[in-house]
Amino acid sequence: MPPKAAPKQKAGGTGSNLKVGKGRAPRINAPAKGKDDDATTEAGDGVGEEWMQAKTLIKPDDQLELTEQELKEEFTRILTANNPHAPQNIVRYNFKEGTFKQTSHVDQLAIHFSLEGNMIHKDSDEARRQKAKYGASESYYQSWMWKALSEQAISESGEEKKDEGEVEGDAKPEEGEQDGEKGDDSATPAPPKSDQKLTNQFNFSERASQTYNNPYRERGSQTEPPPRATFSSTANQWEIYDAYMEDLEKQEKAKESKKQTSRKDEEKSKKKLTALETQSDDLSRISHAAKIIERMVNQNTYDDVAQDFKYWEDVSDEYRDHEGTCLPLWKFSYDKAKRLAVTSVCWNPKYRDLFAVTHGSYDFMKQTRGMILFYTLKNPSYPEYIYPTESGVMCVDLHPEHPYLIAAGFYDGSVAVYNVTLKTLTPLYQSTAKTGKHTDPVWQVAWQKDDLDNNLNFTSISSDGRVVAWTLVKNELTFTDVIQLTLDEVPQEGPDGTQLAPLGCGTCFDFHKQTDHLFLVGTEEGKIHKCSKAYNSQFLDTFDAHHMAVYKVMWNHFHPKIFISCSADWTVKIWDHTYTNGPMFTFDLGSSVGDVAWAPYSSTVFAAVTADGKVHVFDLNVNKYEPICEQAVVQKKKTKLTHIAFNSTHPIIIVGDDRGYVTSLKLSPNLRKVPKDKKGAELSKGPEAEIAKMDKLLSLVREPSNKDEKN
Amino acid sequence: MSNEVEEILKRVQQMKGVIGTIVVSQEGIPIKTTLDNSTTVQYAGLIHQLTAKARSTVRDLDPQNDLTFLRIRSKKHEIMVAPEKEYLLIVVQNPSDGN
Repeated sequence: MPPKAAPKQKAGGTGSNLKVGKGRAPRINAPAKGKDDDATTEAGDGVGEEWMQAKTLIKPDDQLELTEQELKEEFTRILTANNPHAPQNIVRYNFKEGTFKQTSHVDQLAIHFSLEGNMIHKDSDEARRQKAKYGASESYYQSWMWKALSEQAISESGEEKKDEGEVEGDAKPEEGEQDGEKGDDSATPAPPKSDQKLTNQFNFSERASQTYNNPYRERGSQTEPPPRATFSSTANQWEIYDAYMEDLEKQEKAKESKKQTSRKDEEKSKKKLTALETQSDDLSRISHAAKIIERMVNQNTYDDVAQDFKYWEDVSDEYRDHEGTCLPLWKFSYDKAKRLAVTSVCWNPKYRDLFAVTHGSYDFMKQTRGMILFYTLKNPSYPEYIYPTESGVMCVDLHPEHPYLIAAGFYDGSVAVYNVTLKTLTPLYQSTAKTGKHTDPVWQVAWQKDDLDNNLNFTSISSDGRVVAWTLVKNELTFTDVIQLTLDEVPQEGPDGTQLAPLGCGTCFDFHKQTDHLFLVGTEEGKIHKCSKAYNSQFLDTFDAHHMAVYKVMWNHFHPKIFISCSADWTVKIWDHTYTNGPMFTFDLGSSVGDVAWAPYSSTVFAAVTADGKVHVFDLNVNKYEPICEQAVVQKKKTKLTHIAFNSTHPIIIVGDDRGYVTSLKLSPNLRKVPKDKKGAELSKGPEAEIAKMDKLLSLVREPSNKDEKN
Repeated sequence: MSNEVEEILKRVQQMKGVIGTIVVSQEGIPIKTTLDNSTTVQYAGLIHQLTAKARSTVRDLDPQNDLTFLRIRSKKHEIMVAPEKEYLLIVVQNPSDGN
């Protein structure tokens, strides 16, 4: 509306139609305007017609003359909303990107004219307020009004006239409707109602609404009380200790598991398996306890024997001067090994109560199965380990540093190594026909010191005439022949004319305790060969020792030159390996001597077992001619004793017989007497003393020829 | 393995003077026995407590130590107890009987 009114007023200003504008100009109140407009257009219509006509007649002088055709020509123009004056290339600095950027958006709005209206409705509160405010200084008010309208070029009306106009203008809108109000209206400005709050009469609406208020509610719930129980416990010192140890273990495990996360899955599955296994056999968990119980029950059962083993010393020794006795202690046997001859016995080098026994047969005609058994003195009723074998076992040796490794030789010529810690009954290694197996029974095996590559190795001897060194290489048993035994007889003529060198039949051997390469070999022909590993075709020396098979050769534990031999020709002989002419001592035991052994505690004590079931114990220091103990230890007369072994710490020996029994015997004090000098004080101990003792004996024997010796 | 234990127990039972063997669980419940029911229950209950006490004593004296065997010699019998981690093995023997 106002823009429409404005040009008209302007036009009114230029033209002479002053009356209309004059009549309306003083009016301030906008509400009446609509009606006013209608009035003016009606009034102005007639005047406008004349003016328009007049306008068409006027023609500027310099107007271009156009022909009819030119006038008819149509020019199409399209009006667009684009502002032709709007700049096309406004750039703004973009702080974000740090560069000037062209703005695509250009404001197309152009304002040619604007005028702010300042009319207010007369009845409106604001007008009243203004009236109230300026009522006192009406003139100022009027002049302000006037000023506002002065642009409309109504300048000539005076102050009075304006007053009238004011009144007229007031009256004019209400003319047809409320005449009475006129007075009121004029009167109303008088009382100052200025403080009243004015509301917008045109588009004011006050609305209020209230949301629904939820009522307050209280809600509570109580859980079921957790079950309570009184718990009390005393924390003992060891319980605390256990808890700490458990915690420590857990921490270590956690560390490990961090390291081996990749393997975890595999382990898990394994663990499950083991868990299942352990669940399946419940009783296996008490195997340890069961073992202890068995030993304890045995200890109770054989209480007297155990007491004897520990405490009994034969008092009668004191009256017998030099002779001693053997007290039989436990007797070991196993049902399945009965009637199988004991072919060797060997103490465990680490566990002094444990020993190995092999079973086989010496009878060429009655070869059967064999067995390796481990007994402990703590349980004489049942073997600790049992290894049944197909062929008879002829010999065994326990490794001195790895006492769980057993080397065994068999009647069929093979050798094998067992590991006691493994639960399997089959050997770890076994030689076969392809891998250098002997062709005749293996009579002795013995572990050797580890070779240069730290491989375990042992040596075996067989009646096929070979001495073979076996080496355990990873999972293989390799062999090298150490020596081939030959006889110095003339080679015999074979049936087809070939020369056959007769072979010696080895039965036993023993490596020197200090000189590694030196060893003795006993043969079935009764010879003892002194050999060296360095020469595998030649003997260093040969002793014509016995008339029959040599069953055992053994170096003295203390004296490096002395060794002992025993034979089926009823004799035991003691030799100096540097003196080949004859033995130092010869003892006739009246029966085939199955085995002989030096005592570990003295250089002059040895024991032998004979086929008539007797144990002979000699102490050369006490008696050079007779045994200091000769005792039958078997029940049945025909039983032959086959083997003997001294325990390294306890004063006991074990002897095996051909019926499968092993008897342990305690040596009486006289048999292990430490020599005393005249004052009664003990002589100095140690290997030197033992060597000196032996040397003293030897010096007695050497000079006065061999007249004392029996053959 | 299980067989081996069975065998040992069988041998023990056949030993001279052995009156009975009992295997007792950690909670004191007899699992395996060669005695009659009431005797077994009595032995199991009492020996279990005694062993626990004995073990506690040994461990209180030195936490790193542990009880390995317990034997009670009485006028008539000898009761031998071998405690294992989860089980007790009890053997009652009349030691004078064997001789």
